[in-house]
Amino acid sequence: MTALTSADVPRLPRGVRIRFDPVRNAHVLLAPERAFDLDETAVAVLNLVDGQRTVGTIVDELTAAFDADRAVIEGDVIEMLGDLVAKRVVER
Amino acid sequence: MRPAESSALASAVQAGPAEAVPLTADGRESRVGAALPMPIGLLAELTHRCPLQCPYCSNPLDLDRRSAELDTETWLRVFSEAAALGVLHVHLSGGEPTARPDLERIVTHCAEAGLYTNLITSGIGQALPKLQALFDAGLDHVQLSVQAADAANADHIGRLKGGHAQKMRFAERVVALGLPLTLNAVIHRGNIGEVEQLIDLAVALGAKRLEVAHTQYYGWAYVNRAALMPARADVDRSITVVNAARQRLQGTLVIDLVVPDYYASYPKACAGGWGRRLMNVTPSGKVLPCHAAETIPGLTFWSVTEHRLRDIWARSPAFQAYRGTDWMPELCRTCDRRERDWGGCRCQALALTGDASETDPACSRSPFHMHIENLAHVESGSSLPPAYRYRAMGRASGDDVSQNCTALSK
Repeated sequence: MTALTSADVPRLPRGVRIRFDPVRNAHVLLAPERAFDLDETAVAVLNLVDGQRTVGTIVDELTAAFDADRAVIEGDVIEMLGDLVAKRVVER
Repeated sequence: MRPAESSALASAVQAGPAEAVPLTADGRESRVGAALPMPIGLLAELTHRCPLQCPYCSNPLDLDRRSAELDTETWLRVFSEAAALGVLHVHLSGGEPTARPDLERIVTHCAEAGLYTNLITSGIGQALPKLQALFDAGLDHVQLSVQAADAANADHIGRLKGGHAQKMRFAERVVALGLPLTLNAVIHRGNIGEVEQLIDLAVALGAKRLEVAHTQYYGWAYVNRAALMPARADVDRSITVVNAARQRLQGTLVIDLVVPDYYASYPKACAGGWGRRLMNVTPSGKVLPCHAAETIPGLTFWSVTEHRLRDIWARSPAFQAYRGTDWMPELCRTCDRRERDWGGCRCQALALTGDASETDPACSRSPFHMHIENLAHVESGSSLPPAYRYRAMGRASGDDVSQNCTALSK
């Protein structure tokens, strides 16, 4: 599998969705046979995964929103989304 | 930044401990303890009727008849209660769930309640004709069983001529619709040589996931154990094949592997731990901590026709019986893995030792462990294994099938 790059356009396919779970008071990512507990950062990333934005655009927007170091954000986003791509949860 | 992952259907994969969530809904349950985890998955056995007769079926030997099945309104109420209780994934299973005429309504209702719907199907009979309507109703995922990669072998195992070909047509349609597809292959002596071909089949069909699930010997599989038990060398080879394919196919196919208990060092946390993550509703409405729990004598199961799901989860005797660590024998209670394995499988402990509160003999620390290794060695080494006793309604009780199911070690 080739690594995720800034030019990739990630999307959540059918059968993968974010949901707020009121019982556990947390967001979860629901996928085939899997559930992922999401922290606030993961929710912020996945909310920008819309099949339109590139990874680079997502990183730009998060950098602006969190007023953080772009290189750090980029590394984190590529690691997180790359892991979900490898698990066939996020498509690109 | 990596989200914590957990397996939805905890019986299939080893899963980490569930997060403890206080019961806050209505105070009435506060006496059960403040840290009772809420279930994340509900396995709904909508019917036991099935066009296949697989000899390892996880349904009980005593199958529910159609006349005993819950009606539509009751199932819809159960799913509403499940959503309120914290269930995230609903596994619509059977038997063959598409045999239920109300399946589309059930999927629509679950989708409206925010539940993730997983159809666990044989792909035979009504599955293909109903697929478009289920897709339109919001179905999230399809798990399709395959008995083997070779069509003739698959039809022999499921005892339905042409069954495999129907499954292939169904799988193609699932992928064409854009629904995520998982293939589930139960592995045993009769198909363990086809693991490579099963992996190739999953890739060719466009499945995202493949479950290489070595048979777990409860229910029908326990009755058929001598016919199903693979040799150690073949098991080891199958694991090597899976591990190599996982590397090669990263990003293409996710492979979940369920290793066979009789050759394991440690037991599986059955259903992710008794009464921790999963509940199972039978066609007639009994709620079980795992699908085989009815084999344990003396347990009292509450029914959805008489109790709310929340009360069943929190207070029913069957769910309380082996929840947590208090029930454990000394060997488990003092073990550093006690909140990882949760003592393993109660049904297997009963079947192999005669005592459901024993340590699961799959554990290498169990005094019975050598005994099951020997059983596996002897049965898999037979040059002439017995013929399958195919799953069927009304044949389980009264003949030697049930006799065969008593504890072997006593």
